[in-house]
Amino acid sequence: MSALALPAPAQAPKQELSEETFWGIALLVPYFAVFALFVVFPVLYGVWLGSSPGAYRKLFQDPVFFTTIVNTVVFLLVAVNLKMFIALGLSGFFLHEARWVRWLSVLFLIAWAAPSIPTILSFRWMLNPEWGMVNTLIFKWFGVEGPGWLTERHYGLGAAIMVHIWKSLPFWTLILLAGRMAIPKELYESAGVDGATRWQAFRYVTWPSMRGLYLTCVLLSTIWSLGDFNSVYLLTGGGPIDSTQVLATLGIRYLRMDQVDVSLAAIIVAMPAVIPIVWFMMKRLSGEHVQR
Amino acid sequence: MKLANLPLYLVGAIVFLWTVIPIYHLFVIALSPAQEAVASGLVPKNPTLQNFDLVLGAKHNLVQHFWSQLGTSLFVAVMVSLITLAIGAAANFAITRIRIRGGRTITNIALLTYLIPAAFLAIPMYKIMGTYGLVDSPWSLIFAMVALASPYAIWVMNQASTKIPYELDEAAKIDGAKTMQVFWHVYLPLMAPTMVAIGTYALLLAWNEYLYAFLMLGTESRLTLAVALGNFLAFDDAPWALLMATGIIYALPPTAIYYAFRRYMVSGLTAGAVKS
Repeated sequence: MSALALPAPAQAPKQELSEETFWGIALLVPYFAVFALFVVFPVLYGVWLGSSPGAYRKLFQDPVFFTTIVNTVVFLLVAVNLKMFIALGLSGFFLHEARWVRWLSVLFLIAWAAPSIPTILSFRWMLNPEWGMVNTLIFKWFGVEGPGWLTERHYGLGAAIMVHIWKSLPFWTLILLAGRMAIPKELYESAGVDGATRWQAFRYVTWPSMRGLYLTCVLLSTIWSLGDFNSVYLLTGGGPIDSTQVLATLGIRYLRMDQVDVSLAAIIVAMPAVIPIVWFMMKRLSGEHVQR
Repeated sequence: MKLANLPLYLVGAIVFLWTVIPIYHLFVIALSPAQEAVASGLVPKNPTLQNFDLVLGAKHNLVQHFWSQLGTSLFVAVMVSLITLAIGAAANFAITRIRIRGGRTITNIALLTYLIPAAFLAIPMYKIMGTYGLVDSPWSLIFAMVALASPYAIWVMNQASTKIPYELDEAAKIDGAKTMQVFWHVYLPLMAPTMVAIGTYALLLAWNEYLYAFLMLGTESRLTLAVALGNFLAFDDAPWALLMATGIIYALPPTAIYYAFRRYMVSGLTAGAVKS
């Protein structure tokens, strides 16, 4: 049949393709293996372990759970918005070209560059109500007893928020600074010619070009702040009497009490809030990738 | 000094103090004699290096495993860095250079994994390590950190790789290069700066990790330093001076590495975020 003649020329490019395709698949195998063994399986196993209705009953009956939800919402709203607002302002400050500002920006990075455990523990000892440096100095200078920074719920949560901001502020400032530097200088020059004040220049030049980035940062920071375990766990340990727990630390609390199912239930309960943001962010970030 | 610049100086002073105070405090306590770690003032009265001597000589029972813990931290960090690079580069080459079908989906899955907060995956990951029989082995931590770092690696590498003209691969292929020759001789050399950034990122991520390490490792002599530091808190009257000295020694290498590779790190990250 005439088909006999056809396979020969068709074979050659196909074989060339298959060498590439073979490697394409082979090179993806390690990632798939890691992804399956250490992401997919744990997630499925976790969902299975946390699927007993009893676990959710226990969780919802635990008053600590509701304190935790309130704490988490407060933590997110205050920490993320305050941090981003300050970062937006500071990114303008670091735009100055004076040499000392440059040096300060290098130093400023250290909070982000250094591992968080020693610095959080430094905060913890500094804020120790009895022996810490802060209250010692308050007593020395003003002759009054300082507040129980870590032994009182509102101060404790406030301190955790402060530590969180301290750690992540440089990162977001840097991102927003890069955003500001991407704005063409001519826009400011022409705004200056038109007699725009500094506020007007920000309002009509900076903000319109930064809005999208700012929203991206707020959403990303919201997800990541939700997972901030260290700032709370290493500072207050969730105490006093579990009054400063957040969702990131609550799972560990139940794990410690040998209630694995409840600890997973506490995580699964957060998913309806986490997954939509993560999904939205994924679409947003991968969409930008294509646009360039 | 011009008066008009006063607000600028004021902001500068606040930024400086805000940044430096916790770190300064870390040093003040670390330099205080162990029994005087209660800060009486802004300056240590009798500064001493005895805490550093205790740590480096492993002469206190809380730091008796200091060197083996440092070794574990180093081993874990280096392994995570190398494995992440290998997995990331392989996957990235398949996605962006071989342009395998479904590459976009794989990238999106990686991005999704990267965005989910690591703290939420910690407990399931810890439980699954139990069924794999890896608990208390440094490999449990290594695999966990690789799983967390490689999605980010793939994402950043994808962005870097699209900047390398595809014609280079085609030219090499016309010259008769096999796929893997393109990988070794065209792709890897051009991707070197990104590899440095990702390798550093993974190294620091693993060295700095607390939660996963504290869940997965148990034997005291085989902990990472990060967990050992956290364990100081289990004591009611934790020797803070010793803790701070250990903390400084622990923090110095990653901080130095971060600063050394700062330019790579920053560009990799911001390239992803700024484009909106």
